[in-house]
Amino acid sequence: MRKFKENLPGYIFLLLALSSISALALITGFIVVRGAPIITDVGLKEFVFGMSWAPSLGEYGIFPMIIGTVSVALGAGLIGVPIGICCSIFLSEFAPPVITTIFRPAIQLLAGIPSVVYGFWGLIFIVPFIRDYLGGPGLSILAASIILAIMILPTVISISEVSLLALPKQYKEGALALGLTHWQTIRFVMLPAAKSGIVAAVILGIGRAIGETMAVIMIVGNAVAMPESILDPVRTLTTNIGIEMGYATGVHQEALFATGIVLFIVIMILNATAQYITRKKSKK
Amino acid sequence: MENTQKKVKIKTKSVNLFYGTSHALGDINADIYENSITAVIGPSGCGKSTFLRLFNRMNDLIPGVTINGQVLLNYENVYAKDAYVVELRKKVGMVFQKPNIFPMSIRENIIIGPRHHGIKKKADLDIIVERSLKQAALWDEVKDNLNKPGLGLSAGEQQRLCIARALAIEPEVILFDESCSALDPESTMRIEDLMTELAKKYTIIIVTHNMEQAARVSHMSAFFMIDDEKIGRLVEYRPTGDMFSSPKDKRTEDYITGRYG
Repeated sequence: MRKFKENLPGYIFLLLALSSISALALITGFIVVRGAPIITDVGLKEFVFGMSWAPSLGEYGIFPMIIGTVSVALGAGLIGVPIGICCSIFLSEFAPPVITTIFRPAIQLLAGIPSVVYGFWGLIFIVPFIRDYLGGPGLSILAASIILAIMILPTVISISEVSLLALPKQYKEGALALGLTHWQTIRFVMLPAAKSGIVAAVILGIGRAIGETMAVIMIVGNAVAMPESILDPVRTLTTNIGIEMGYATGVHQEALFATGIVLFIVIMILNATAQYITRKKSKK
Repeated sequence: MENTQKKVKIKTKSVNLFYGTSHALGDINADIYENSITAVIGPSGCGKSTFLRLFNRMNDLIPGVTINGQVLLNYENVYAKDAYVVELRKKVGMVFQKPNIFPMSIRENIIIGPRHHGIKKKADLDIIVERSLKQAALWDEVKDNLNKPGLGLSAGEQQRLCIARALAIEPEVILFDESCSALDPESTMRIEDLMTELAKKYTIIIVTHNMEQAARVSHMSAFFMIDDEKIGRLVEYRPTGDMFSSPKDKRTEDYITGRYG
């Protein structure tokens, strides 16, 4: 009895820890059970590669949305990753302490802004700007890419900065002692040495862009069509679920859950890749 | 100092160095001779590494460091306002305490210096790779594995690769900052032989905790110690043989006979 009493806190924590894992299991299980019948009802190939999404006609092809998600995430990466990496280099190598003490919390704050606020801001500023100066409806891949680029900055910056700061200072000293300039040292010694951490930062950032829903719904246009330019509206996998879940039933609902499975798999692959890369690094 | 046959390569004139408010080196005057090995010895925290890092301005990397006085390399003050630190570091190479091979291939480790100093042709770089590795007595061991990662080598080989890397930029002076302290005796012997060989062409300054090493390889010895106010002082600086056989200062004698530190 006394032994049980001693171990009691351990059991309680175990139970609570299990609840978080079981939440994951429950959600995964539920999505799979509800979404899997799509394979028999619609067919895997027709679902993933089908070009037409028209629930009222019984057409459930999500390929345009896959393209939508990929183009939006890619755009966010193209804009956000270079800025994020440069920012992390600035913070870890160039910024005087005064600047970093302001900069770091500011970037953390960026991560704390609710996504609906990002979306609203994008709708009021970015969308009209694109419509007026670049053409198209404004609600577009470009608008979503810009907003997502800002939203992934905290992830990209903090993870790349950590991996740069974690480098042994001997690398930097060694390179400088060879007469390399500060920039050459960063470019040719430190960045290659921190490569795996930076790649992980990029992958996690892209993963975040793929998973974002609210901000994207507000500015991406949500049209189910293959885009021809970055000024065209698209629908992404996440926004598809967000928009239609309220009234979907039957096979339509199945198709939305199946969309969730596709998202889930993509994000899992990205996260696993990021973890694999960082783990391989730490083994060395 | 008695060693008159040799040319003065480096001269320090009333150098004082402060880390913030702590006075790490106090009024250091010393002549370092060309083509000789100068050993810098003394107990931990006496400023000997700081002294060594004066010559390639590595102390500049530490925030809050102030340096007064002059350090003359070839009679030019390396701390002059218009002195370019990158040029200085091409002339003064350094080998660190722990081998700090970059996570890239053996070849890339060696060519990274020369390539960024303007040598681009593969043939020229190949010559440099072979020459530096031969000078560092590592060529025979790695010549077939030049594209393998440098981190795959043993600690002793890595340290010789660091030496090869420093030699690749064709410096005039090479600094060794306790470069054998992490190595086994055999690797240490190899590096000591290497130093003796290199001293024919280069000016070498080593920091070492190992008295036998200082006695074995160096021509001149500089003994540092902190004084009562915790300021690092150059206590005695003489030809190694003289200093070890008849130290002038009581503190030197206590240290080299092992009664201190």
